[in-house]
Amino acid sequence: MPLVIRRLLAVAPTVLVVATVTFIALQVIPGDIAQIMLGTDARPEDVARLRQEFGLDRPVIVRYAEWLGNLVRGNLGTSISYHEPVAHLIAQRLPVTISVAFSAMLIAIVISLPLGVIAARQAWSPVDLTVLAGSQLGLAVPTFWMGILLLLGFAAALPIFPLQGYVALASNPLEWGRHLVLPAVALGAERTAALVRLVRASVLDELNRDYVRTARGKGLAGAFVLRRHVLRNALVPVLTVASLQLGYLLGGTIIIEQVFGLPGLGRLLLQGIYSRDLVVVQGAVVVIAVMFALLNLSVDLLYARVDPRITYD
Amino acid sequence: MALTEQHPWRAMPAAPVVVPPRRRRANLPLIIGGTLVCLIAGFSILAPVLTSYDPAAIDPAHRLTPPGPGHLLGTDRLGRDVLTRILYGGRIAVAVGLVAVVIGAGGGVTIGLMSGYRAGRLDALLMRVVDGLMAFPALLLAIMVVAALGPGHIQTMAAIGVVLIPVFARLARAQTLAVRGQEFVLAARALGAKDTSIVLSHILPNIAGPLLIQSTVAFSGAVLAEASLSYLGLGTQPPTPSWGGMLQEARDVLFVGPWMAIWPGVAIAAAVLGWNLLGDGLRDLLDPRLRHGAT
Repeated sequence: MPLVIRRLLAVAPTVLVVATVTFIALQVIPGDIAQIMLGTDARPEDVARLRQEFGLDRPVIVRYAEWLGNLVRGNLGTSISYHEPVAHLIAQRLPVTISVAFSAMLIAIVISLPLGVIAARQAWSPVDLTVLAGSQLGLAVPTFWMGILLLLGFAAALPIFPLQGYVALASNPLEWGRHLVLPAVALGAERTAALVRLVRASVLDELNRDYVRTARGKGLAGAFVLRRHVLRNALVPVLTVASLQLGYLLGGTIIIEQVFGLPGLGRLLLQGIYSRDLVVVQGAVVVIAVMFALLNLSVDLLYARVDPRITYD
Repeated sequence: MALTEQHPWRAMPAAPVVVPPRRRRANLPLIIGGTLVCLIAGFSILAPVLTSYDPAAIDPAHRLTPPGPGHLLGTDRLGRDVLTRILYGGRIAVAVGLVAVVIGAGGGVTIGLMSGYRAGRLDALLMRVVDGLMAFPALLLAIMVVAALGPGHIQTMAAIGVVLIPVFARLARAQTLAVRGQEFVLAARALGAKDTSIVLSHILPNIAGPLLIQSTVAFSGAVLAEASLSYLGLGTQPPTPSWGGMLQEARDVLFVGPWMAIWPGVAIAAAVLGWNLLGDGLRDLLDPRLRHGAT
């Protein structure tokens, strides 16, 4: 059986657990779900209609089976606040979230790679210690506070970037980029701090190996050894972790979308929570979690591809 | 014997190590981290002594007062003293962190110990559930729990505690698996000790070091998560002061009262930095392999 199929089958139980946990979490809400969703001043007939629509009078196990069946078919239900299919709402917002997460990752990689290599080549020098201290500080700064500081600096004091909102890539690529810069920097800063430590540690580890000494011993230039030998080996774990962090960035976008008023999946989830639209909440949570699980799977596959020593046989 | 060779530093717990004086260096992360943590905890506890303002008292006459002699860090849009709210907000951060870590470590270590010690079907089942929980981005899982339980700092403690369970469970299981076959465990079993006694009296003390380090890291994560949830309006609810909640309130007056958006963020970053450094310092202190390192 091909590796991709075997790994996909292996991830299926995790996806099932994710779906089950999501279903259970939103079933244990104390009180009548229909009443909670419609509010205390809702008319009894509306509450009764919603109860019937959700099948709340039927056993939980039947509802669970039905929900799973619909999920497999891509039917995530209909939002009570938007009066639209949740799958449609999510599809509209997914490009925003993916744009932010990928841009943040790009920023993190572009900054952390050279910084990590410079720090490793000058290990324990003032430059290295500054990079280490900076990364420690970067890890401590909450992404949403970084977002607020960027807004204060580059949208208010120096009005270079827009304060809020989003423009689709297809309608105006330049404006799309302008609206993404600050959210991507805010989200990418923390990841940069984490990645720079990893790049440094990984390069430092490789620099101390015998094959590097041999390469230098036979007269190869330092820069050549670094580029052709050290980086190729050092970047395997970095690539893996960077891909894995893309999944975490999906979680991070929830809060950054709120700071910058981006109409993404995270904002949809939060609006679902604020308006007690549990169908939206359930759908958004499952989609984000399944994307997270599939990203982890693709990292596994990528890892096996990049490093031939790793097999899943 | 083979097992003790694999982990000699765990098998010989109390052997004193002679380290040449020239290699001894001050454990800076431990000192800086410990100082920051003590300062934040101290300021929070002594808040009523350090400030005469009430953190919830509204004062319309002094709303959005810039930092100055009367209000060192200014006031918010309801005229409340920002410094006072930061000091009292520290209490929430410390309390949420503490309770969340107790829930996460309590639940996770219990699952990890059972899973690692018993192995077999129970291990497989528990680890599938743990994998499922780990398949959620942490903030998403916390948001989902809060969505189910409703907003508030008690619910936030529970939500963050649930998020921490899988990490502790994985760590405790891995450590238990490494220790369970060692000679001191086999000796205790040969002497007729019960499973509960072996786990609690022999295995747990031997895996406590890594769990303690993880607890400090988890604490910084909990402070960050509480601030994030409160910023989203799902954590600590007004008028109770919390650092994340203060940043949320600052959002509406960002350009007329920027001080409101700066100092609570500094407090969060200082707390997270403190706990992270403390974790790094403890790791250096408790892991002899690092303590011997020439670098």
